[in-house]
Amino acid sequence: MLKWITFAPLIGALLCGFLGKKLGEKFVSFVACGSVGISMVLTFIAFFTKLLPLPENKRQITEHFFTWIEVGTFRADFAYLLDPLSGLYLLFITGVGLLIHIYATGYMHGDEGFYRFFAYLNLFMFMMLTLVLGDNLLLLFVGWEGVGLCSYLLIGYYIERKEAGDAAKKAFIVNRIGDFGYSIGVMVAFTTFTSISFVDKEIGGKVIPSLLSQAGGQAVEGVGMFGVMTVIALLLFVGACGKSAQVPLFVWLPDAMAGPTPVSALIHAATMVTAGVYLTARCSAIFTKSQTAMLMVAVIGAFTAMFAATIGIAQNDIKKVLAYSTVSQLGYMFLACGVGAFSAGIFHVMTHAFFKALLFLGAGSVIHGMHEEQDIRHMGGLKKYMPWTFGTMLVGWLAISGVPLLSGFFSKDEILWQIWASNSLPPGLGKTLWVLAAATALLTAVYMTRLMVLTFWGKERFKVAHGDGHGHHGDKADHHAIHPHESPAVMWVPLVVLAILSVVGGYVGVSAAWGGHNQIEHFLAPVLAKAAPLTDAAHGAVGAASAAASEAVHHDFTTERIFTGISVVIAFLGIFLGWQMFTAKPLRKMPRLLENKYYVDEFYDAAIVTPIQGVSKNFLWRILDVKIIDGAINGIARLFGETGSAMRFLQTGFARSYAAIMLVGAIILILYFTFR
Amino acid sequence: MSSSIVTITTFFPTLGAIVIMLYSIIQLRRGKSREEIRPHYRWIAFIVSMITFVLSLGFLLGFDGNKTEPQLVTKVMWIQELGVQYYIGVDGISLWLVLLTTFLVPGAVMASWTFAKRVHELMIFILILETGMIGVFVSFDLFLFYLFWEIVLIPMYFLIGIYGGENRIYAAVKFVVYTVVGSLLMLVAIIALYYLNTQATGVTTFDMVEITNNITAGKLVIASNFQWWMWLAFALAFFIKVPLWPFHTWLPDAHTEAPTGASVILAGVLLKMGTYGLMRFNLPMFPEVSYQAAPWVMLLAVIGIVYGALVAMVQPDMKKLVAYSSVSHMGFIVLGIFAFTDKSMQGALYQMLNHGISTGALFLCVGILYDRRHTREIEEFGGVAQRMPRYSTMFLITAMSSLGLPLLNGFVGEFLILLGTFSSTVPYAKVYAVVGGIGVVLSAVYLLWMLQRVLFGQITKHENEELDHLSIRERFSLMPPVAMAVIMGVTPMLFLKASYNSVSNVSAIVESQASRAAK
Repeated sequence: MLKWITFAPLIGALLCGFLGKKLGEKFVSFVACGSVGISMVLTFIAFFTKLLPLPENKRQITEHFFTWIEVGTFRADFAYLLDPLSGLYLLFITGVGLLIHIYATGYMHGDEGFYRFFAYLNLFMFMMLTLVLGDNLLLLFVGWEGVGLCSYLLIGYYIERKEAGDAAKKAFIVNRIGDFGYSIGVMVAFTTFTSISFVDKEIGGKVIPSLLSQAGGQAVEGVGMFGVMTVIALLLFVGACGKSAQVPLFVWLPDAMAGPTPVSALIHAATMVTAGVYLTARCSAIFTKSQTAMLMVAVIGAFTAMFAATIGIAQNDIKKVLAYSTVSQLGYMFLACGVGAFSAGIFHVMTHAFFKALLFLGAGSVIHGMHEEQDIRHMGGLKKYMPWTFGTMLVGWLAISGVPLLSGFFSKDEILWQIWASNSLPPGLGKTLWVLAAATALLTAVYMTRLMVLTFWGKERFKVAHGDGHGHHGDKADHHAIHPHESPAVMWVPLVVLAILSVVGGYVGVSAAWGGHNQIEHFLAPVLAKAAPLTDAAHGAVGAASAAASEAVHHDFTTERIFTGISVVIAFLGIFLGWQMFTAKPLRKMPRLLENKYYVDEFYDAAIVTPIQGVSKNFLWRILDVKIIDGAINGIARLFGETGSAMRFLQTGFARSYAAIMLVGAIILILYFTFR
Repeated sequence: MSSSIVTITTFFPTLGAIVIMLYSIIQLRRGKSREEIRPHYRWIAFIVSMITFVLSLGFLLGFDGNKTEPQLVTKVMWIQELGVQYYIGVDGISLWLVLLTTFLVPGAVMASWTFAKRVHELMIFILILETGMIGVFVSFDLFLFYLFWEIVLIPMYFLIGIYGGENRIYAAVKFVVYTVVGSLLMLVAIIALYYLNTQATGVTTFDMVEITNNITAGKLVIASNFQWWMWLAFALAFFIKVPLWPFHTWLPDAHTEAPTGASVILAGVLLKMGTYGLMRFNLPMFPEVSYQAAPWVMLLAVIGIVYGALVAMVQPDMKKLVAYSSVSHMGFIVLGIFAFTDKSMQGALYQMLNHGISTGALFLCVGILYDRRHTREIEEFGGVAQRMPRYSTMFLITAMSSLGLPLLNGFVGEFLILLGTFSSTVPYAKVYAVVGGIGVVLSAVYLLWMLQRVLFGQITKHENEELDHLSIRERFSLMPPVAMAVIMGVTPMLFLKASYNSVSNVSAIVESQASRAAK
């Protein structure tokens, strides 16, 4: 059953890729959406009828497909594992995935690469589901690099545009840098535990306990200690930073917006980029054994969240704003993981998938309606032209800003509270991170309000269209005012569904302080490890003992309620500020530094790319290779050549004299060996 | 499966070469014009190479992966006085290399289809080359091995020297002289080995298996410093062939000048003769020296990995780019061999096959563009994907397999090599594995950058506006390696199982000797 969840989209990809061009758009739409639909239905069946009825601590369904690689003590299976963590991911991947597929059939309508687009998108679903379901680090890596490939193909989908190709290449290469860390991490994990599997495996007649259970038995490494657990965790985190666009590897994600908008929604917001959070949560047993690693995760997450939010506030491309917002929100999720609140992080992954997919698809609808215009400075007053898009994006805006009772509010509030309440960080740092996170929440509300105000309210600031867009406007479009229009139902219906999810999606995680049960936390608890309190590590104690202590903190409802109050204030304050600033003066000049994204790309180019290319070309190749190494070889050859001409008298051209010389040589050799 | 299948497979291409020769004589005598019969040579060569491939598939039927000794053996005395035997067969190490050879040659024939001059000689050279290459892998007699080793040089010399580019003579001579220097050293070592074995056991033989067993069993003890010299003599021959940095400079020249078909064979098979030799001779015959030399060899290997990748990155010529990428990829294989673990060596063997297929296909891809534009300069292209979508897809898959994307072949080999190297007991092995990993990152850089400049973006040169689609022949030459890349990536166990015992046997020999030496 699990394999059909992944194989349906794979078959869909093959059908679209091989037959799609001949059979046309209807066929492709049907196959692409149908295969993801099958996948979603099967996921729901597996989740609700197979996984949920199992007792809470035994929720594990495995399915062995075949042994992929087995050499000596190393074994990596093509096998799937459905447990609460992968199950939850499956639900929103297939659900949101289906909605985006349906939307895309409208968005991509009439594009000549329609079949190619859906072949890639379906292939992406296969890879993403494999990533989540893989029962070992290597199969996870298959999905991990597989989604990277699809991302590459889809960012570069408009093959004739240079910037799309450059962005695609950049995404792949930056991810490769992360994957370098990941694969070394897998190697260290294997040499330490002889297992890379999330479940127990039989290898060579011997049962090897799972990587995670072995890791769970290790001592906690305190802050500043660089033991093997720290090394593994940090290396895996390098991989996570690449895939989930964290500092310093975040640079690819904003450029990735060169791909079609449904791709940005599905891959670069809702699913693929959250794979790093998945990895961290999946390996929570490893991460929690290293307080250094946890600290790094939290700090990088907090820094990225803040850093990206400040850039987001100064961007003018509607998709770029959302891209930096995604980077920022991902930072939030890592921050949650870093303080040990893995379930809060996953909760935010889920709610973010709803509202960010909604916002991206909404943005796509706006771009569509505005004839490929992406600059929010050239929009304004769109709410009367696009009621559905406006209404649904309104929900997304309020949800991401953290307005109470919407999904984003619950998950963000949970994260903020967990940061404050965490006892696994050095004193002072936890509070600092909280301040950063709270400030980010404020900024989030501000830049999202800016985006909404500039797009939907105020005066119309449309530019006259000119022929540099897709080209399908034709000559007539020159010097012709834009007439914005609402998108077809096939596009706005998914928006409505996502809007509903963005409203109600948070109720699975209402905290006990507000009379909820935080179902999501309980549900995920069996697969997530608990962070060791800071005090534990000093004694080198094994983490489990501290569980009770962290429970105690948990029941301090009054403080938690006060903090919720603060979250609410932050959300409204941000919206208020944004509203005041940008309704009064929509085209307010933003700081140069922020508009230019802190010049990070320029810095990388100057500090890394250019020097490496320069040295490779001007020294390694032209001097070392051609002049020195090859020069030496040719020099030796010339030396022999000249010696040879001096000894030309030996070269008589008669076979018998050559034979004589060889004979003499052979005799000398034999004599040498005999009388040595 | 009768064991004569190995002999038949080895010499079938030569038979084909003779047929072409006779056919040309007879037809020309009968007054047919050269133009008229030219296509026939191609077809004969193609069919012969296909039959050879099918024959070699027969090896699989009779092969038992549980054994480590040579199988499907033919062993008859050839030169009684010297103890030279006609001793051929396959074991887990050579089995797949033979299949790689027979798999690639039909593609090389197809890639040589467009030549209009001296066609029958071209085909004869390719077929004789095939016999030589198979012979190298199936020989279990040192004399025979050396014979095949040298036979390979001659047709390759002509392939580059006659059918190559402008600088072909320089490249061909460099290739031959460089390789011959190495192999002469090897010849001396072979004679010495033969002599010492005779002295120690009283049996005159060139039997590789017997000599190796004598060494392992302690019947043939070679003085330690003499072992070093012999190891070096073998190693140098193989390092040049691989080529290991800094012995690599013949390769870019040879590749740029060689015609596409010759490049496919050169990169696909000839380079593997070097790594095969290391695995077959240096490791089991001189395990102690190999172990002591390992940190240095691995150092050269990782230098080659990173250096090859960096230099590949800045090449303006596509073929040179692929040639330098070979230096990088072959470095991985040497790294895996000298880490001595079962995983790294399995990975190395697998990577030999992967590199043969991926790089062979990359050369085919470059050749297809060259045939259309008569240039390989990256700058001359751009936007090719708009004209040649199918070609671009296959080029993309090939590049992905070369840069080690999971579920394609290259990943399995590279990962096993790095994993095995990481767990190796050789000093600094962990550092080398990590540095080698940088090569994986860089391979994405140079390959994707090339794809970006060649396939994507706007069409900037008007010559590229009318590029022809893939012909049927081109499509059929590209499809098998592309399909193989997928199969080998998804189901590596189909291949790894048969070689595991032979490979881990070599690994065990080195590790037990090394640990004995440590005590």
